[in-house]
Amino acid sequence: MNLLQIVNLNLQIGSLPILRDVSFSIAPGEIVAVTGESGSGKSMTALAVMQLLPDRAQVTGRILLGETDLTKVGEARMCALRGNEVGMVFQEPMTALNPVKTIGAQVAETILVHGNEDRATAMTRARDMLARVGLPEERFPLTRYPHELSGGQRQRVVIAMAIARRPRLLIADEPTTALDVTTQAQILTLLKDLVAEFGMGLLMITHDLAVVSDLADRIVVMRHGEVVETGETRALFANMTHPYTRALFEASAHIVDLPETKHAPDPILEVREAVRDYPLPRTTLFGPREYHRAVKGVSFTIRKGDRIGLVGESGCGKSTLTRAILGLERLQGGEIRAFGKPVGPGMNPALRSGLQVVFQDPYGSFNPRHKVSRIVTEPYHLIDNAPTGKAREAAVSEALTAVGLQPSDARKYIHEFSGGQRQRIAIARALIIRPELIIFDEAVSALDVSIRAQILDLIADLSRAYSLSYLFISHDLSVVRTITDRVMVMQDGEIVEEGETGRVFGDPQHPYTRTLVAAAPILPDVRHLKEALNVQS
Amino acid sequence: MIRYVLKRTLSLVISLAVASVVIFLVIEVAPGDPAAFMLGLNAQPDTVAALRTELGLDMSNPERYLAWVGGMLTGDFGTSYTYRTPVGEMIADRLWVSLPLALYALALSTLIAFPAGIYAAARRGKPGDMAVMGATQLGVAVPNFWFAMMLVLILSINLRWFSAGGFPGWEVGIFPAMKALTLPAIALALPQAAILARVMRSSLIDILGEDFMRTARAKGLTRRQALWRHGVRNALIPVLTIMGLQFSFLLAGGIIIEQVFFLPGLGRLIFQAISARDLIVVESVVMLLVFSVVLVNFLVDLTYAAVDPRLRNRT
Repeated sequence: MNLLQIVNLNLQIGSLPILRDVSFSIAPGEIVAVTGESGSGKSMTALAVMQLLPDRAQVTGRILLGETDLTKVGEARMCALRGNEVGMVFQEPMTALNPVKTIGAQVAETILVHGNEDRATAMTRARDMLARVGLPEERFPLTRYPHELSGGQRQRVVIAMAIARRPRLLIADEPTTALDVTTQAQILTLLKDLVAEFGMGLLMITHDLAVVSDLADRIVVMRHGEVVETGETRALFANMTHPYTRALFEASAHIVDLPETKHAPDPILEVREAVRDYPLPRTTLFGPREYHRAVKGVSFTIRKGDRIGLVGESGCGKSTLTRAILGLERLQGGEIRAFGKPVGPGMNPALRSGLQVVFQDPYGSFNPRHKVSRIVTEPYHLIDNAPTGKAREAAVSEALTAVGLQPSDARKYIHEFSGGQRQRIAIARALIIRPELIIFDEAVSALDVSIRAQILDLIADLSRAYSLSYLFISHDLSVVRTITDRVMVMQDGEIVEEGETGRVFGDPQHPYTRTLVAAAPILPDVRHLKEALNVQS
Repeated sequence: MIRYVLKRTLSLVISLAVASVVIFLVIEVAPGDPAAFMLGLNAQPDTVAALRTELGLDMSNPERYLAWVGGMLTGDFGTSYTYRTPVGEMIADRLWVSLPLALYALALSTLIAFPAGIYAAARRGKPGDMAVMGATQLGVAVPNFWFAMMLVLILSINLRWFSAGGFPGWEVGIFPAMKALTLPAIALALPQAAILARVMRSSLIDILGEDFMRTARAKGLTRRQALWRHGVRNALIPVLTIMGLQFSFLLAGGIIIEQVFFLPGLGRLIFQAISARDLIVVESVVMLLVFSVVLVNFLVDLTYAAVDPRLRNRT
């Protein structure tokens, strides 16, 4: 007997088809992962089960929860089912909680809205539930507000809310995507334990195959609103009958062919004992102001030809350090020198032209009213003898061609490009004045795995053509592993380990590096899986 | 929370001190001799000098500033140059009209705007929303004195339900006095309500798109429950800001409405005082208005903290 059975589900918003003939099922106590890239319809499938689709959505097909067809029951009955029989956990723990209500009240609300319990009973059950998800009352009183908790703790509150009435089915939509790897590992363990304890079914939506392989009993692979392959996790990874599944797997495990570089002894960037403080809110009216030290005396040198990674979890100071390196913020101690000259807010523009950056968000980091030609030539403001006329056009064409776009794209606006193409444009912009050092600040973190693989290949190709030097900042160990020669691990404002990339990840010395490496989800070894399955059969 | 209140209080005191210096400098140091103005063009120089001494105009600027501020702190606002009556009494008389009128108008505007804004947000894009938006568009566009004249025309002249103007004083009883303030309060409230309703609507629509509203629905709350339990309180911050600004305007900005209804309010007092160069009155009324603006902002700040826990332990 299936707990949830989706049969030939079709979904259309306006005239736009979103889902086509989606069918799969979940048994009680089973973890089914729906995976795919953005636009595959995996989140819409989850929202269809919750019947929380946009107003103009038209649905055909059946979504059976036990005997009940959720597409037919109507809004009033659906309100009684949501939170009671089906709970849902969302991606963004920072915004998924009401900021003006206490965590106790928010968990208790799920209990109160469905049952006849009085407030005191509901609060007691909320306290038990919060304790179960790892927020015991001694340390996390029910009167806490969401802003007093970290992202991982908030996600625990969201989970407590979703399971407060012990629903038969839990839906988790990218529950760990916004979290650090160590937190991710904890939340995944929690979800797995809860499923076993309550005998719930878990429908897990994720883009991350490595997460899926660890957790799920069965996997549903989706693309463009269709299910392309489904099967028991190990068998699916061992066989991968559909080419898209294989492509997804290969892109996730992508290893770039990084060329050898010629190292030169001259340092391009020297960071010596860099210290960066942030003022904290005043606690007394006239007393001395207190500071949070985000970067605590960091030192390193980048020489020509170096390809260095910087990894660490959110709040470790890597973004603060990046801003200081770019000369956007003043240091409180130590110094940063580029090409022998000091870097800081008042630095010479010519010096800036040697340091270029590619940011994370391909949607927010361009002016939408500028054409690509203008965006790409922006760094020319930094140099005196910028090319004009034909030479400028030629430079734009060359930069665009180098990143795999057409010279004719220069006349287009940024909204005409996809996320991956935009990231190529960002790289073209960084590249056009041939900087000595490029800083990639989480440059591939917002991209789908297949696009991410292409951009990583592009960086390798450019490395070959222009012998790039770069600092690659990321929270994603697997990416840093393939795209850098050396890596620095940052924790709590300090660099705790540094060395050749393969060595640091293969044989980590510092306890923190070991924790990070252990927490990072890994893709299964397909050959190993096949052998294991053969032995079984 | 206590620290937050103390901080806000300190900022209130500093704002008032700075404002008093600015007002004094702008008005007192500005050219134009009130004594000469009061005595007319043909006054003898020694008569003017005598009056200057009597009014305290011959003291040095710092001395006059301290005398003025010291007086206000002890409740002595000085004597009007033109009416020769204590300014404190004049202001108190007028305040007894303007303050109730402003509160009345604010209450009306809130009572209209909150339901209208929430209703429109909940039915975004549907006919109900469009009707409310159309009405508020009209409310914003039409000046309040036109509403005032229409109200007089219909409710006073045709239907004879209200008197067309004047204020009988609070001595005749609360009900007749409030009745006299009703038409002016409505005229003041309508445009304010239109603006407030629009702010409420857009603020609430923003909140309805937030992730936590989806979370609330996933818990099993109906649309309406989610809106009332999670939406409205979060939408209040921008609405409170606008309400604070509106109240300050209502206190003295109703001068045209006061004229239309022959109300002896603060707006008319300041208008008359400016025309007569009665600087001591102008100064005191302006200081009072500044005080009320700063005080209202202080209260709005405290309400923010009551509404949003995130603000309680911030600087």
